[in-house]
Amino acid sequence: MEGGKTKMHIAVTLNGKKYDADVEPRLLLVHFIRENLGLTGTHIGCDTSNCGACTVLVDGKAVKSCTVLAVQTNGKEVLTVEGLAKGGKLHPIQEGFWEKHGLQCGFCTPGMMMAAYALLQKNPSPSEEEIRRGISGNLCRCTGYVKIVESIQYAADKMMMAERKMEVPAK
Amino acid sequence: MKGGDDAKVLAGGQSLIPLLKLRLASPTRLVDINGIPGLEYIRESGGYLRMGALTRMADLEASDLIMKRYPIIHDASVEIADPTVRNLGTVGGNISHGDPANDLPAIMLALEAEFVAEGGSGSRTMKAEGFFVDTFTTALNHNEILTEIRVPMASPRSGGSYLKLEKRIGDFAIAGSAVQLSLNSRGECERLGVGLTAVGPTAIKAKKAEEALKGKKLTDEGAIRRVGELAAEAASPTTDLRGPADYKKEMVKVLTIRSLKRAYQRAQRGGM
Amino acid sequence: MGHGVKRKEDPRFIQGKGNYVDDVKLPGMLFLDFVRSPYAHARIKSINADKAKALPGVVAVLTGKDLVPLGLDWIPTLSSDKMMVLPTEKVVFQMQEVVGIVAEDRYTAADAVSLVEVEYEPLPAVTNPMKALEPGAPIVRPDKGTNHVFHWEVGDKAATEKLFSGADVVVKQELYYPRIHVSYMETAGCVADFDQVRGHLTLWMTTQAPHAVRTVAALVTKIPENNIRIISPDIGGGFGGKVYVYPGYIVAAVASIVTGHPVKWINDRSDDQPSTAFGRDWHMTAELAAKKDGTMLGVRIKTVSDHGAFFGDANPSKFPAGLFSICTGSYDLKGGFAEVDGAYTNKPLGGITYRCSFRVTEAVYAIERMVDVLAYKIGMDPTDLRMKNFIPSNKFPYKSIFGWTYDSGNYTAALKKAMDKIGYWDLRKEQAEKRKKGELMGIGVSSFTEIVGAGPSAQFDILGIKMFDSAEIRIHPTGKAIARFGTKSQGQGHETTYAQIIAEELGLPIEDITVEEGDTDTAPYGLGTYASRSTPTAGAAAAMASRKIRDKARKLAAHLLEAREEDLVWERGKFYVKGSPERAKTIQDIAFAAYTNHPPGVEAGLEAVDYYDPPNMTFPFGSYICVVDIDRGTGQPKVRRFVAVDDCGNIINPLIVEGQIHGALAMGFGTSFLEEIKYDEDGNVFGANFMDYLIPTAVETPKWETEKTTTPSPHHPFGAKGVGESATVGSPAAFVNAVVDALSQGGIPHIDMPLSPWKIWNALKEKGLAMEA
Repeated sequence: MEGGKTKMHIAVTLNGKKYDADVEPRLLLVHFIRENLGLTGTHIGCDTSNCGACTVLVDGKAVKSCTVLAVQTNGKEVLTVEGLAKGGKLHPIQEGFWEKHGLQCGFCTPGMMMAAYALLQKNPSPSEEEIRRGISGNLCRCTGYVKIVESIQYAADKMMMAERKMEVPAK
Repeated sequence: MKGGDDAKVLAGGQSLIPLLKLRLASPTRLVDINGIPGLEYIRESGGYLRMGALTRMADLEASDLIMKRYPIIHDASVEIADPTVRNLGTVGGNISHGDPANDLPAIMLALEAEFVAEGGSGSRTMKAEGFFVDTFTTALNHNEILTEIRVPMASPRSGGSYLKLEKRIGDFAIAGSAVQLSLNSRGECERLGVGLTAVGPTAIKAKKAEEALKGKKLTDEGAIRRVGELAAEAASPTTDLRGPADYKKEMVKVLTIRSLKRAYQRAQRGGM
Repeated sequence: MGHGVKRKEDPRFIQGKGNYVDDVKLPGMLFLDFVRSPYAHARIKSINADKAKALPGVVAVLTGKDLVPLGLDWIPTLSSDKMMVLPTEKVVFQMQEVVGIVAEDRYTAADAVSLVEVEYEPLPAVTNPMKALEPGAPIVRPDKGTNHVFHWEVGDKAATEKLFSGADVVVKQELYYPRIHVSYMETAGCVADFDQVRGHLTLWMTTQAPHAVRTVAALVTKIPENNIRIISPDIGGGFGGKVYVYPGYIVAAVASIVTGHPVKWINDRSDDQPSTAFGRDWHMTAELAAKKDGTMLGVRIKTVSDHGAFFGDANPSKFPAGLFSICTGSYDLKGGFAEVDGAYTNKPLGGITYRCSFRVTEAVYAIERMVDVLAYKIGMDPTDLRMKNFIPSNKFPYKSIFGWTYDSGNYTAALKKAMDKIGYWDLRKEQAEKRKKGELMGIGVSSFTEIVGAGPSAQFDILGIKMFDSAEIRIHPTGKAIARFGTKSQGQGHETTYAQIIAEELGLPIEDITVEEGDTDTAPYGLGTYASRSTPTAGAAAAMASRKIRDKARKLAAHLLEAREEDLVWERGKFYVKGSPERAKTIQDIAFAAYTNHPPGVEAGLEAVDYYDPPNMTFPFGSYICVVDIDRGTGQPKVRRFVAVDDCGNIINPLIVEGQIHGALAMGFGTSFLEEIKYDEDGNVFGANFMDYLIPTAVETPKWETEKTTTPSPHHPFGAKGVGESATVGSPAAFVNAVVDALSQGGIPHIDMPLSPWKIWNALKEKGLAMEA
């Protein structure tokens, strides 16, 4: 993309923290996250919106951050891999990937986990087929996917259990 | 639209931004229409299924109304690109991009949809037929955007189906066939719509195929086959990485026959 | 060992704290991008970069002419050829780097790329290697004067001819193993930082072999080797594609020297795919001779290999065709002959990538495909034919006709296990019933033998550097350890596997062992990670270094326990006095003493280094069975089941081994059904980005079913073999055999990969098997 140097002001909440920045309109969200904000967990694996390594959540929806302009997230909330763990405790999806060997080189992993996160928000107990379809926009070259599916199943089970526990009133 | 011929409308951005990144398009101005309120809806009213142009693919996929009454659209909605892209990709964008490999254009041709556009000179309604002028060129003027896509409301004895053949999920189709069928009370074909994906410079309305079944029973294998053959005749595919032209033509036949049979099953079940 | 320990490296990856090359950010860092050639073969008439230079933010423009005074316009390849860094006279493949642009940021660099005007005079291109070898073909490399790169052969040609002419049955088939790309998720890139005061170059780069790169860089640039530091940080997949040295690395280094700033270069995917190393592109004519009863006698394979414009195979020096001579496979043959002629074409370099074990993929594909061709010819079940001809388990170590000594194997057991797991004979029944109903279903078998762990230094070197590998272990006073290696993980989980080996050998808890790789300033010299060599070499070195530490620990324990060394017994993690188990010192006690209370005559400290030179290669093997259903209307294949039985000897971490097999199976699946980089006659490349080069998603990738048998390597310190590539080597034949088996009623002998729907449909149509809906 070519562009002039005119800049636009944006205010974005990323992983719960508010950021103000002046950016070129053509700046991609992924570059804004990685280079302006210095959060390098979100990766770039292609330039045709196919690989999903850059997947983040914008207002709760999974998007490919290489296919969104930073200016489009003005006033929105962004969640990246760095925002998954809370208070030093891993998110069940992170636990699942670790427990079930859902990663090898780790490059697709953040995007894969964010896609899984979005999937489980919509569908808390997906079938294997639904998981496979749910991550079909995320390419992995190392794992052959079986262990990624198991990782997401692990996370789904764990999240369901946590939910049930919350429903049981404390005695 | 200000910015003139060189400006581009940014809706979901899932086709446009990749083009910009590869520098295949270099507009001096991008007009983000996502801020326009009230363009995301799916509802039936006034004899039409109405979809706001900024309705996301993911909303189509999640819509009960679409799943139950317009399965032809649902079929496509779960197979367009991938779930992440569908979160942003819009109905209006998929149609107005003018890409023959996109899925909704063929479906809109089969459904005899109408498109509402708004621009400097007000609002106008266009038929899907004739809208797709050439590859990446539609009947939209530079100062217009799509606002609504409307489809004649599904009648009780109608059913539709969309089938596409892909080398791999998320890839552009080798070929796709959209079929919308209405039966009369005797179970004969009253109306047939056939739209084709990725087998020509634009999505194709296979008009001879549409006519071939009129008044005939869907148990007539020969007639069904004839629809497939005529659909294949309407296709003018090119040879590329996804397959040779003659293969694609044959696949139009196979997919159309399969799609028609599925549409018939659905019509018998009352559209589902 | 033998436990599926959770990986030590994972916490950083799952929290977005991996450190890949593109994550390296240095003050004042500039960005390098390239103008690339639109032509496959063209003379460069002029380059005008004035407009690019005038663009604000552009710092430098580098062309081939700027590299000439430095002697860096061409550099040596890994196969004793040379390759262009930037062209001075002509370009030799489409998307070749032509001009380097250095700018303050990547957007500006990309803007400037489009402002450079290069005037080309197109030349006729040659993209078909067979045509390239014909007289009168356009010459790709005028410096060579011919497109013929090499001729290699193995075996007795005359004796094989005799064997074939006396055979009852000879089958012959042309097999093309297409050109593919590893498509690691992280593209190639680097950050070069030249310190002008110290004359010191630090290069963070996506490399699988940092030490080899340092030595070659020193020899080429004349920068003293102690002033070059290569750091290979976390690597987002390598699969062989990151063994190569690409122009980007060199130009980034030069740009840093010229500008005095750190310079980053990261390939865009659409630039990476068509310009970095490809895999395969191997045109074979294979023949198999047998007796009527199915006894296989001999194999003969003639190959033309396409090497692109530079012979740069990342190969052991003495093996221009890699280890293709493993093409006798799992079978006890009487004779054979194989020959390969390499050709230059107008394409980028490569060949040895994509988990290929130095061309073992092509060899295994050939023999396993041909066994099926023979089975159909003589009407024998493909598993029966294999069982009949396997090298019997009591013949190991087995000397193959082409000179390899297979260390250990039990092929019958592996195939039997795979057949039981998948229910082979029931599937055959189902297939027969389906055929009656007009449905097409196929069962494909592949019983491969791999050869990995390069290797014995008498045979194996790269540019003269012997292919040993290394481990250095230091035990700290408090009993914790750091271990460093000459290899470099790209996802294989070395930090865990090596820690497990050391933990096993020294009795330390795994969490007390830090494993480091990839920094040439700190790691011992090694040849890197590729060709499934890390466990066979560096893994062995870890065991040997640990044993050296144990030897010293025995001396220290003897001192502490006031006993004789020979009276001490080692039990995981401690020494005790024979007969008095209560008189013991733990490895931690001993480590502390090594720094606080070492005996006279013994050096302080507790550390060891080992350079392991394996006595032989290891020969992992396995049997795979695939079930596929074919849509007769569209030709669309669907893999229903895939069972993989692997034998890689003793396993250190079963979780990691399973992951390696799964990943390699998925790559084999991609190769078989989806992936291909194609060129037209003018040299235009197709399949050069992720829109057109289809790598498998979770949806079509089969749900792998894995099993193992265990036949330890007799010569490896703990009986392990390599495994990383077994499944890319073994699986394509299973997939193709399954599809061809499904079509066998039509007498279709073969379909070349990738098995796209249209190719299958064409075959069906030809035999009248295609359906209209």
